[in-house]
Amino acid sequence: MGIDGEPGNFTARIHQAPRYVDMTKCTSCGECAKVCPVSRPNEYNELLDFRKAIFKQYPQAIPGAFGITKRGTAPCKATCPAHVSIQGFVALMGDGRYDEALKLFKEDHPFPGICGRVCHHPCEGECTRAQVDQPLAVRELHRFLGDYEREKGQYYIPKIEAEKRSEKVAVIGSGPAGVTAAYELLKQGYQVTIFEKQDEPGGMMRYGIPAYRLPRDILADEIKVVQDMGADIKCGVTFGRDITLDSLKQDGYSAVFLAIGLHNGRKLGVDNEDIKGVVQGVDFLRDAAMGKKVELGREVVVIGGGNVAIDVAQTAKRLGAENVTLICLERREEMPAWEYEIVEAIEDEIKIVNSFGPRSFHLEQGRVAGIEFRSCKRVFDENGRFNPQFDDNVCESFHCDTVIVAIGQSADLDGIREQGIAISRPGGLEADSVTLQTPIDWVFAGGDAFYGPKSVVDAVACGKEAAISIHRYINGMDLREGRDKTWEFVRPDIEGEAIKERLMVECLAPQVRCGNFLEVSKGYDEEQARQEAIRCLSCGVCSECYQCVEACLAKAIDHSQVAEEKELSVGSVVLATGAKPYDPTPLSEIYLYKKNPNVLTSLEFERMLSSGGPTMGHLVRPSDHQEPKKVAWLQCIGSRDNNKCGHTYCSSVCCMYAIKDAMIAKEHAGGDLDAAIFYMDIRSFGKDYEEYYDRARNREGIRFVKARIHSVIENPENRNLILRFADENGQILDEEFDMLVLSVGLEVPAATLELADRLGVHLNKHNFIDSHPFSPLTTTRPGIFACGTFQGPKDIPSSVTEASAAAGLAGCQIAAARDTDTKVREIPEEIDISGQNPRVGVFVCNCGTNIAGVVDVPGLQEYAATLPGVVFTDNNLFTCSQDTQAKIKDKIIEHGLNRVVVASCSPKTHAPMFMETLEACGLNRYLFEMANIRNQDSWVHAYNHELATEKARDLVRMAVSRAVRLKPLHGKVIPVNKRALVVGGGVAGMNAALDLARQGFESTLVEKQAQLGGMGRKLHHTIEGADIRAYVDKLAAQVTLDEKITVLNDAEIVGFEGFQGNFKTAVRVGGQEQPQEIQHGVIIVATGAGEYTPKEYLYGEDDRVLTQIQLGDRLGEKGAAALDSVVMIQCVGSRNDERPNCSRICCQSAVKNALAIKKNSPDTQVFILYRDMRMYGLLEDYYTEARKQGVIFVRYQKDNPPAVKAADDGILVTVRDHVLQRDIEIRADILALSAGVLPSGSEEVGRKLKLNTNAEGYFLEAHVKLRPVDMGSDGVFLCGTAHGPKLISEAIVQANAAAARAVTFLSKDRIKLSAIKAEVDPDHCVKCLTCVRSCPFEVPRFNVEQGEIQIDPALCQGCGVCACVCPRQTIKLNNYEDDQITCEIETLLAGGM
Amino acid sequence: MGFEANKQSGSVMVVGAGIAGMQASLDLAESGYYVYLVEKSAAIGGVMSQLDKTFPTNDCAM
Repeated sequence: MGIDGEPGNFTARIHQAPRYVDMTKCTSCGECAKVCPVSRPNEYNELLDFRKAIFKQYPQAIPGAFGITKRGTAPCKATCPAHVSIQGFVALMGDGRYDEALKLFKEDHPFPGICGRVCHHPCEGECTRAQVDQPLAVRELHRFLGDYEREKGQYYIPKIEAEKRSEKVAVIGSGPAGVTAAYELLKQGYQVTIFEKQDEPGGMMRYGIPAYRLPRDILADEIKVVQDMGADIKCGVTFGRDITLDSLKQDGYSAVFLAIGLHNGRKLGVDNEDIKGVVQGVDFLRDAAMGKKVELGREVVVIGGGNVAIDVAQTAKRLGAENVTLICLERREEMPAWEYEIVEAIEDEIKIVNSFGPRSFHLEQGRVAGIEFRSCKRVFDENGRFNPQFDDNVCESFHCDTVIVAIGQSADLDGIREQGIAISRPGGLEADSVTLQTPIDWVFAGGDAFYGPKSVVDAVACGKEAAISIHRYINGMDLREGRDKTWEFVRPDIEGEAIKERLMVECLAPQVRCGNFLEVSKGYDEEQARQEAIRCLSCGVCSECYQCVEACLAKAIDHSQVAEEKELSVGSVVLATGAKPYDPTPLSEIYLYKKNPNVLTSLEFERMLSSGGPTMGHLVRPSDHQEPKKVAWLQCIGSRDNNKCGHTYCSSVCCMYAIKDAMIAKEHAGGDLDAAIFYMDIRSFGKDYEEYYDRARNREGIRFVKARIHSVIENPENRNLILRFADENGQILDEEFDMLVLSVGLEVPAATLELADRLGVHLNKHNFIDSHPFSPLTTTRPGIFACGTFQGPKDIPSSVTEASAAAGLAGCQIAAARDTDTKVREIPEEIDISGQNPRVGVFVCNCGTNIAGVVDVPGLQEYAATLPGVVFTDNNLFTCSQDTQAKIKDKIIEHGLNRVVVASCSPKTHAPMFMETLEACGLNRYLFEMANIRNQDSWVHAYNHELATEKARDLVRMAVSRAVRLKPLHGKVIPVNKRALVVGGGVAGMNAALDLARQGFESTLVEKQAQLGGMGRKLHHTIEGADIRAYVDKLAAQVTLDEKITVLNDAEIVGFEGFQGNFKTAVRVGGQEQPQEIQHGVIIVATGAGEYTPKEYLYGEDDRVLTQIQLGDRLGEKGAAALDSVVMIQCVGSRNDERPNCSRICCQSAVKNALAIKKNSPDTQVFILYRDMRMYGLLEDYYTEARKQGVIFVRYQKDNPPAVKAADDGILVTVRDHVLQRDIEIRADILALSAGVLPSGSEEVGRKLKLNTNAEGYFLEAHVKLRPVDMGSDGVFLCGTAHGPKLISEAIVQANAAAARAVTFLSKDRIKLSAIKAEVDPDHCVKCLTCVRSCPFEVPRFNVEQGEIQIDPALCQGCGVCACVCPRQTIKLNNYEDDQITCEIETLLAGGM
Repeated sequence: MGFEANKQSGSVMVVGAGIAGMQASLDLAESGYYVYLVEKSAAIGGVMSQLDKTFPTNDCAM
């Protein structure tokens, strides 16, 4: 990814990886995953269980479409000349699915058994397994497939799916190239004739490869498959003599493929080569193969170092030669023969002599009697060319009676040249290297005769290419297009991969195979094949076995998808790339992570607790699956740690999630679990978090142990973990646990660092976004904003707040272009159905096989057609698919349907989509009903098809009966007043008003004081050193000058009414008699908070006792030079019985002032008496700095607070030192109290605006996690310290967020409410007020003037409680009227017809 | 430099579809901006979707 351009006008370049599944077609039915043979560790469950290569990230994942994990092509498939999906058939074999494996193999290669015996298996040479132990025995595995079908007695014949064609193709030569070309052409529908010169088909496989390597029956059977597919094989026909190109043309052949092989030998060029007793290797092998009597002496010399020479030597031995000596030019390691063949030859007692070349033959009685060799100094010259150098001084003679020359092969071109067929310089056939086309356009050439002697698999690959060319030639297509594919592969990481030795194949012992042609290798049996198959490392992840393609009825899978590079034109960018949990593997020496399975990270533990996790929420130890009795959490793993992991910051969330996990674990364990949290400081600093901590400690019985962990050792008996730690008093203790949970921190992943670098966005030293305290989400590159944990470590509510804030900032930048890129859905005018009889259309879904596999869908459809009101029925494979929506629209129009029933799945997920389909053809969206025959029927009654079908009938009957009673409904539309009211003119309120103005919306800012600025005016600097007062002045000036903001100082709210989009607020300004009425669409509450005025520690009695704010003022005025000693006491007015929560900011206030003192006067002693230092996030750095500067931190207990006494020479503070275990007394010139935060004026404003607060007076958000700046009432938003204690930078972010949330409202001209609202019938209502008392939202009101109960549709939530409780049934809930519900019950009880 | 070249885009790219990216996208879309939400994995949800419960309410994270 990269970004060019300017803010407002960026071009973003995106690389989109292929999903290999068409999202518009995938219905998420999951059939693909059932057939996928590849399992891999499931990232979603933190690798604690497995998923398939085709997968859905988690059951509720959005998008719901599956996707395939590929890591490119596996080395085996890429390396195989025929590109067989090796990993695929191996995976299927590992699963025991041999038929599927065989079919997959045969997609690309016709000879599993043949190549399973003779292939030189280059795939094994690249196999990643080889880097761990030995390569996978790929060849033996597909040999097993060949053996399997042979044993079954039924060969797999590929189905010819193409239509039969009239064109005929002639193939000359029935070797592997010719047969493969025929095989591929047959699949394309062509008629193929193979002409073979010899009496039997197979070419070199028949006449070159000895039977002990490739038994003849196996060869014959695999060739017969091609005949079964329709090929006509004519043997004993010589091309150039019996047939010619002309005769073939005359016979109507459209193309010819020449694959004639190399059946002649090459001569040595030594005198007397033609004497008796000297024969050519190819001739010798052919004669042996034909069973001809071959004249062999006792002493045989074979000349040559290739595979043919080896075959010749072994054959000679088997035919009775006493001694066989193989002599070649090459050194042993240079020999072109495959190593395993050489080894086998040596086993057969063949003597191999290297580095000698023949010089002359000895004759005796006209027959060879011996041969003289000279030493070969080197075979290849410095350019690697064959250029042997001999030393005539070193010669050796061998006595022999037979010499077999096997130094090369050549083509038999008799009758070929004469036909004008082009011959290449080395004496083979000439053709194009890619297309294989010869200069005669309808003639193609391939195989050994074209490229020289190679292996069977090379011929197979060539035959496939020839078939492609011939098909294209016949169809007048470009022969060359798209054929330049290069195969690249990737390898997985093999670190930690366990060793699994390759299973060796049993072979006939040399003495048993001596003198016969029995097959040497026995191959694998089934058990061995499966064992070997599961050694595969699944390099490509997806094995490309294509089982998913067949399983997918929706035809959604597309393995040919490729990555796409896209350019997006955007005005702003928001980076929300997040942080990841720290990986504690580098610390495994200390904590035994990955060494002992009972040590888990917190996220792994979280997955263990989840019902969707690897143990389905059952808490067990991984080592023995026993329920743990004692679990310990170790805090600050990967956080607050300079030595081991380098992350010095606090991750802010670990204390809270550890408490949560401990509580949930206890809940799972039914209470008798001992859960202990080992910590440095418990940092439960968020809103109401301290109460959570209190609950865990006091009510749930979770132990909190302040400790430093020394080490963890394993108890070898039970794999328990013995924790050695120093407690608070410095004492070393041991305690044994069943499980350890490492509370790992957050860190920015490496990929994000690269991204930031590419985008030119600066990061701070902790790798989080580098930003200013007053604009925390603005990155160093204008126009790019950041939010969430990439900005800094934080919890979910803060992330969500930041997200809204970043959205707001991104919007501020391009407000002028609002609504220019978005599309508005066009809805046609609604059809009036009044007076029409119900005309119901029922669409029954098969859901692939999800429903149809259990319920009789055609029967159900027929049944539906008989129901009253039904005029049309249909069934669809997937009713939710895009094309079915179009079909439903057509049917609605065609049949004049005015009600639609879909019998498929859950309305929760699918009803809105179908309702849109209705709307799109003019039908009111409420004229729709669903019958859930999947989740509530076919899934749960999968084993009783009959009853499930019966139930489906009931469900459909009920749905139809309800559908005929449905009425069109219209939600009320309310206009939105585009002005905002911002209550509170502090930093938060001013920022919110300014953001609204930037987005183009006017606001009225109401401030109770005479001056804007709030608490900001009492502070000096942030802990980072930013000047708060200058900032507040700047903000106030901006606000005052902004034309879109009306500031009302000295103002008080005196009246309020209305609802979202239409509020009216009366404000009295400057004590005027007549309040102003402000009409506005939204409210932003930013009333702020102040400092608690302490009653403790002589505050107010002795002027040497100050609050931190006062100390800040004092330091600003006089500095610290005159002070010898300053003591600070934390948690004054916080974390006590009266105000149980933490005030969040006081620890940093204390450290900020302590650092200011040390900077100003290094000799002044500073003591901070604390309970937990809550220097969360990056504040931790200042805590570390304070300790470095000599600030002394003394921990005190809540139940033993410091005692304070006034004396003449100072304030005497007595505190219990936890290390010394005794009281110490400190004299202080100043005692600074870290007084907590108190909300200001929230009670009054809350009462007037009808807003709720918590017990401590902070306003309540609509949802703690997900709607942290919305309030319970629609159209009301919250920011700043009115929500809870927070730092100035956090208040700014929240103000940005509140403004952004308000803009989501203000940017709309009107709001359409749901039509599902309660309505009162005033004529029959007896005003009993039951509804007024019952409504959970307090909506029904008794209008005294009109004397009736009224339910405001703008406020009604449509829950239906009032309709249920109304004793006279005078309240109806639209769309759920009594008869619309009772009819369903009645029709169910009435039974089917 | 013509007027066209300076014309602002009404679209925003949000990178990362965890809880923050999703919320930012929803807010932008609701405010009249077209959103490209770019995510490297196959589904949105990020780390939060892996959580079982959330503090301090012990609500289900899903």
